[in-house]
Amino acid sequence: MKPFDYARAETVDEALAAGASGGRYIAGGTNLIDLMKLQVDTPGKLVDISRLALDGVEEIDGGGVRIGALVPNSDLAAHPLIRAHYPMLSRAVLAGASAQLRNKASTAGNLLQRTRCYYFYETAAACNKREPGSGCDAIGGFNRIHAVLGASASCIATHPSDMAVALRALDAVVVTALPDGAERRIALGDLYRLPGDTPEIETNLQPGELIVAIELPAPPPGRQLYRKVRDRASYAFALVSIAAVVAVEDDVITSARLAFGGLAPMPWRSAEAEAALVGKAAGTEAFEAAADALLKDARGYGHNDFKIVLARRTLIACLRDLTA
Amino acid sequence: MRITVNGEAREVEADVRTTLLDLLREHLGLTGAKKGCDHGQCGACTVLVDGRRINACLSLAVMHEGDEVVTIEGLGTPDHLSPLQAAFLHHDGFQCGYCTPGQICSATAMLDEVAQGWPSHVSDDLDHVVLDDMEIRERMSGNICRCSAYPTIVAAIREVAEADGALAEAAE
Repeated sequence: MKPFDYARAETVDEALAAGASGGRYIAGGTNLIDLMKLQVDTPGKLVDISRLALDGVEEIDGGGVRIGALVPNSDLAAHPLIRAHYPMLSRAVLAGASAQLRNKASTAGNLLQRTRCYYFYETAAACNKREPGSGCDAIGGFNRIHAVLGASASCIATHPSDMAVALRALDAVVVTALPDGAERRIALGDLYRLPGDTPEIETNLQPGELIVAIELPAPPPGRQLYRKVRDRASYAFALVSIAAVVAVEDDVITSARLAFGGLAPMPWRSAEAEAALVGKAAGTEAFEAAADALLKDARGYGHNDFKIVLARRTLIACLRDLTA
Repeated sequence: MRITVNGEAREVEADVRTTLLDLLREHLGLTGAKKGCDHGQCGACTVLVDGRRINACLSLAVMHEGDEVVTIEGLGTPDHLSPLQAAFLHHDGFQCGYCTPGQICSATAMLDEVAQGWPSHVSDDLDHVVLDDMEIRERMSGNICRCSAYPTIVAAIREVAEADGALAEAAE
């Protein structure tokens, strides 16, 4: 690990002041410390925000919930409000990492974790995300785990989170504090950027901006599901994952929300796939149309071609189960 | 920094880069927690911090100022084994033993999580946990055993869970 300065923030204002002078926030640290050991990331100053009072889950007006940025993943999954009203979120969190990591990892940190692309972690490899302009060894390399949607000629890395996929389907809003203390609210879909030719810039957060909470509106109508397909039964990243909420009345789909993990550089939402379902009879025809809409621009890079087929089959299976 | 380890208040000076695992092993001489992968993937370094299991290798010691840490050395002694330590011996829940301290610390906290009613990925009902073998395997998936002593590890944990009554039904 490269040497760094360390400061512990006792208040949000203290954290923002340290962040404004170039400090990097650390809470659980389960990804950042790993990256620092490998010298993939070498922050000069860490601001420890783990003691800030941002660890509550509470109901808010309109029937939603506000989740503090520092709520550990374990607590989020087990919280009675989340289990009762957003079971797909509990399921998504529980599908990720191990119990030890979920105890340590924070809600905001989970959103901001970096890709697990092998070439990003291997400092001898070319990686535009780690070292802009150096190239991408994943394209033409071992890219079985890589993106089939939203990637670019610069980067085909996926976002690894399960939790973020469920939050995307649930229309989560990220609440932040700007360096001057002002609050900003960002739809989760707008938090992330696609790689384009700047894959090193992953979010639209400003330097020193601090996530303080995640807000969920009241749960959408319908049944919820989170399904994860991976190489091992436990403790592995998604090849394909789907967070879905679908409501059916008299065999007609009245609302649908679909988000996907393992396929793209960010938790992916497909308005076209959702539109292909709403107003249609729940059945194979509509499910296949939704899969077509989701994957119309999908592109494989060799080893990951199977993901396009896998995503299609997994989506259809999920929709079948949700509307049965 | 000040930190309580196995019930004893300690005052330690260390570089900010020191992980909790290295603090325990190199500065405090507690070599029970093992360095396996050093990247949070194997679970050999699992310890309890304020009662919760974490990977000590993925945590900076300086961030644990004032915390209470329990390592395998704090769970029991050769003369007074913890129930899980005794069960691992009885069921031969190891071969080389390198992962065992992490397995036992992890299982200790895991049974507590079940007692609190925390669901897992394989729980059919998020509000009603029945600790069967599938649940034990899922909940222990953060602890790798290269010798693959998994059947006897599960048997050891099951025995203690049954004695606790956790197997029948966890608290709501």
